[in-house]
Amino acid sequence: MPELNLTSAPAHLRHGSNIGQPLTRRDGVLKVKGQATYAADNHPPGMLFAVMAVSSIARGRVTSLDVAAAKRHPGVIDVMTPDHKPELAIDPEIKTNPFVFRMEVLQSNEVRYANQPIAVVIAETLEAATEGAALLAPHYETLPALIGLDAGESFVPPVVGVGNPTENHRGDVEAELASAEKRIDAVYETPPQYHNAMEPHAIVAAWNGDNLQIDMPTQGLMLSLARVAELFGIAHDKIHIRSPFLGGGFGSKGLMAGPPVLGIMAAKLVGKPVKLVLRREQMYGPVGHRAPTRQRLRIGTDGEGRLTALEHHARTVSSTFDDFYEPAADASHTLYAAPAIRTSHDAVRVNTGTPLFMRAPGEATGSIALESAIDEMAWACGVDPLAFRLKNYAEVEPITGKPFSSKALRACYEQGAARFGWAKRPLQPRQMRDDAGLLVGWGMGTATFPALMFQAEARAVLRRDGSGAMEIGAHDMGQGAWTALAQIAADELGLDIDRVEFKAGSSDLPDAGIAGGSAHTATAGAAIHSAGAAVIAKLADLATSDEKSPLFGAGNAGVIGRDGRLIRRDDESRGESYSEILARAGVAEIEARGTGAPNPAAMEEYAMHAHGAVFAEVKVDPELGQVRVTRMVGAFAAGRIVNPRMVQSQLFGGMIWGLSFALHEEAITDRRTGRIMNANLGEYHIPVNADVPPLDVITVDEHDPHVNALGIKGVGEIGITGSAGAVANAVWHATGVRVRRFPIRIEELLT
Amino acid sequence: MKQFDYVRPATVAEAVAAAAQPGAVYLAAGTNLLDLMKGGVSRPDRLVDVTHLDGLDQIERLADGGVRIGALVSNADLAHDADFAKAYPAVAEALLSGASAQLRNAATVGGNLLQRTRCAYFYDTASRCNKREVGSGCDARDGENRTHAVLGWSENCIATHPSDFCVPLVALDAIVEIEGRSGRREIALDDLHRLPGDTPERESALEPGDLIVAVRLPPAARGFAAHARYLKVRDRTSYAFAVVSAAAALRIENGKIAEARLALGGVAAKPWRARAAEDMLRDVPPTVDAFQEAASRALADAKPSGDNAFKIELARRIVVRALSLAAAGTPVRIPALPASPFASMSGAIHARA
Ligand SMILES: Cc1cc2nc3c(=O)[nH]c(=O)nc-3n(C[C@H](O)[C@H](O)[C@H](O)COP(=O)(O)OP(=O)(O)OC[C@H]3O[C@@H](n4cnc5c(N)ncnc54)[C@H](O)[C@@H]3O)c2cc1C
Ligand code: SF4
Repeated sequence: MPELNLTSAPAHLRHGSNIGQPLTRRDGVLKVKGQATYAADNHPPGMLFAVMAVSSIARGRVTSLDVAAAKRHPGVIDVMTPDHKPELAIDPEIKTNPFVFRMEVLQSNEVRYANQPIAVVIAETLEAATEGAALLAPHYETLPALIGLDAGESFVPPVVGVGNPTENHRGDVEAELASAEKRIDAVYETPPQYHNAMEPHAIVAAWNGDNLQIDMPTQGLMLSLARVAELFGIAHDKIHIRSPFLGGGFGSKGLMAGPPVLGIMAAKLVGKPVKLVLRREQMYGPVGHRAPTRQRLRIGTDGEGRLTALEHHARTVSSTFDDFYEPAADASHTLYAAPAIRTSHDAVRVNTGTPLFMRAPGEATGSIALESAIDEMAWACGVDPLAFRLKNYAEVEPITGKPFSSKALRACYEQGAARFGWAKRPLQPRQMRDDAGLLVGWGMGTATFPALMFQAEARAVLRRDGSGAMEIGAHDMGQGAWTALAQIAADELGLDIDRVEFKAGSSDLPDAGIAGGSAHTATAGAAIHSAGAAVIAKLADLATSDEKSPLFGAGNAGVIGRDGRLIRRDDESRGESYSEILARAGVAEIEARGTGAPNPAAMEEYAMHAHGAVFAEVKVDPELGQVRVTRMVGAFAAGRIVNPRMVQSQLFGGMIWGLSFALHEEAITDRRTGRIMNANLGEYHIPVNADVPPLDVITVDEHDPHVNALGIKGVGEIGITGSAGAVANAVWHATGVRVRRFPIRIEELLT
Repeated sequence: MKQFDYVRPATVAEAVAAAAQPGAVYLAAGTNLLDLMKGGVSRPDRLVDVTHLDGLDQIERLADGGVRIGALVSNADLAHDADFAKAYPAVAEALLSGASAQLRNAATVGGNLLQRTRCAYFYDTASRCNKREVGSGCDARDGENRTHAVLGWSENCIATHPSDFCVPLVALDAIVEIEGRSGRREIALDDLHRLPGDTPERESALEPGDLIVAVRLPPAARGFAAHARYLKVRDRTSYAFAVVSAAAALRIENGKIAEARLALGGVAAKPWRARAAEDMLRDVPPTVDAFQEAASRALADAKPSGDNAFKIELARRIVVRALSLAAAGTPVRIPALPASPFASMSGAIHARA
């Protein structure tokens, strides 16, 4: 592996605590110079290029492929098809665990969705492979495709999201609704969306005997490795995956998908290293997406604007061959204190690739509907939307009745509203105009995301030369793990960050779990914390049991590591350097391992969530209907902030995605063929610079002793929630038009 | 990719000869053509790269008061030419409202005129498209057609021409200079693009080998500099094709419109000159009422081709607004958000909805 020379800009030369410092990205200069090696940047000697041919129909069967024509093309080496491919050790249709999704790896000629891989052409050049794929000119037997939220019979899935119950309730929603003073009943629709990470899925696979070297972006090194091992029937220690940088993942690179498996198969077939990179349009199918939803919210209040009932039902889709159900209605579990709550889901099966987690899966889709509905309810009650939310503030988690491990949402509301100037908002819509005559509207939304923890392990080392190392197979998707986790490592080792060799992004390091669920910093951080503590304890053992040490007899609990020295907690003047301790003990280095994991007892006792409040201003052309967001303020409480600069970036990114959700993103599906008609970044709209207003992020202090040892809650996904609804509500406030189908389009505002 | 020949002719005559062969196409900056080739939409046998031809990258002020723009002038260079922008502000504004800065730096005048439609079914080789494959059908007709044509379309094709640049150009009576197998000729830009009728595959009046060498604006085009705007409504603030756009240019004398020019973009297979509206505006004061009447004349023949009835009403409103903005006067500087409803609207006359 090429050495990663992460930069140590002067900003890093800090002493004392690293956690909490706004260090710049240690990999920033590498990236700016184009020296950060992403998977597709690797070119092992003798490497060939593989290109997938994908289906243009959404349902049916491939009846013929002109393999001969493809093979005749100069430079084409081989064509992998269902009839000509290396055998896998297990049937890819078998779900060996809940984190295994079915994939298309040429196991048959059945087509289950548009853009499904149906063959792979391997050639000496990318151009030859591309043309070879075109020359395959597939013929199909086409069956009518199942498309959209009303395709076929609906059913109630056994679980939604990752093992969440499909239905939840507390209290008697129907009775409360019947006796409510005020009610709303509204239906919202969200479209299919695709992750569209800048870096497409890519793999460079090289077999060396039965050893397998893989370069591939992944948010879950060990999960991917385990899946590859079982698919190819090889031992874990024969596989090495490198994933030092991801050009974004957003959930789509969490679990092993079909295309990288095809890359490994292709390499096996031709006996040479193979690179397979997806074209942008090929990412609209086999690598997951956010499923569309139709959500009905029925809400009731008493005469004073207090919620009495909240019902949230979500219809979504899954593929015809596997199960992932966007848990949209679950968004109503945690935010508003209604005595009666019911959430439920149902689904239909359609001819798409299986939906997957996409940044805030369920939370984002559910949030835009819930926050719109709360806004509608506040208006129906004649109450300011912030006052309405405060009136219905949940002191305990509404669906479970559990206390929160911490919840600084009230402070978020206060600080966000003050920064935004919310108090001046007129209650009525369509009241404000700017100097140019544009309609101005203000809207808000509450943000929330669970504080999750997975499992991780780390290995810590202290060396006689006064340096240290922290090893963990963590993933930097652009969120800043190379920096934030190294900061934690430095603190836990009691070393300056520049003295710590921080290793990550490789499968030969301890398992860091999955970089998902906004839990990576918390989980990997907890493992680093305990590994650091363990190695310091070992060092302390050496010192405190050595008569020659000034720390002799201090006892383990009585010493701490700081700035490369071990010192007595009760007398900081007494201590000695790590180097001295190790030198006297005659060891070059000591090491220890530590783990991070959720605490089941705390989870049983507390509801754990991050919170936030987002305020948005939009302007709308009164006659032409075009919308522009002009200001956003987000105040978030997410426990301990490891690196304020990275956190701000995550929250900015989330807020922009929320704006995108409300106004831009939609995969346009042809209603006859199930093909996606805008599978490119020119026409699948996301906000461009001119769409992104000045963003203001406030991180509200929050100390949480229960979530994990470091008190970290995670900020990766929460920014979308609240933001999407805030923008939608601002559009209503500007225009008086309530749009319930997202993204909001010009034509709906042409009143 | 499909194998193709690449030739780089030294002279215009060589270029024309090379491109007259079947299967040959001109390559300018390639911002449209290469995308089409990568998608398998266009599969030429030979690329005739014209970017190295001499003398086609000049902006010449002509003795008669007109201007001649070489076909290889980049969209950005033209928009940022201070003299040009001052004389033809709506053209500069339209150019700057198109694509992105990177694309405008590369894209050429000739390429912009001849860019292909953005109809998704045209780009999607699995779909039926009469333009791409003669007689195969039109999957857009009953498909996702929110952005398709409302004027001049036929059952065979409902695509629009996506250029912004062409809209003010056609309003200003631009002339296209063409070098072909039988020498040089020129046609009005209004005659360059064809409506689909029964032959949507024939998009322009060009014959095989025809090279656009320049676009000319006649002397009269300058007369509108004080009252000329381009307005483009789109689904995001920038880097999006027009849902509907309009170029409006007025000559105002003694409080009355002496001459009006109006063209619409994003509504038809060509930049749509609205002559009936122009005629109606002659010798009347620039009032919202007059503009509304002009708008209804401009869209009198419009009909939806699918889920796009809203574009007709939107187009009417854009016409009124663009004319109002033009009447209010060309801003001293091109707005930071060119052609956007979010460019400052101060001075605009507001038709209250
Ligand atoms: C993502 C994206 C967004 C865009 N957004 C916009 C937008 O908002 N508004 C807008 O107006 N445009 C937009 N465009 C289109 C852009 O303006 C065109 O791609 C560009 O103008 C084409 O110029 P080019 O020099 O690259 O032409 P090429 O791609 O090289 O050529 C285009 C066509 O013209 C032919 N051609 C080129 N020059 C000549 C000549 N001199 N004589 C005869 N034939 C010639 C070529 O054979 C080819 O068929 C966008 C493009 C992209 C990719
Ligand atoms: S509208 Fe025209 S370009 Fe689009 S599919 Fe139909 S024929 Fe082809």
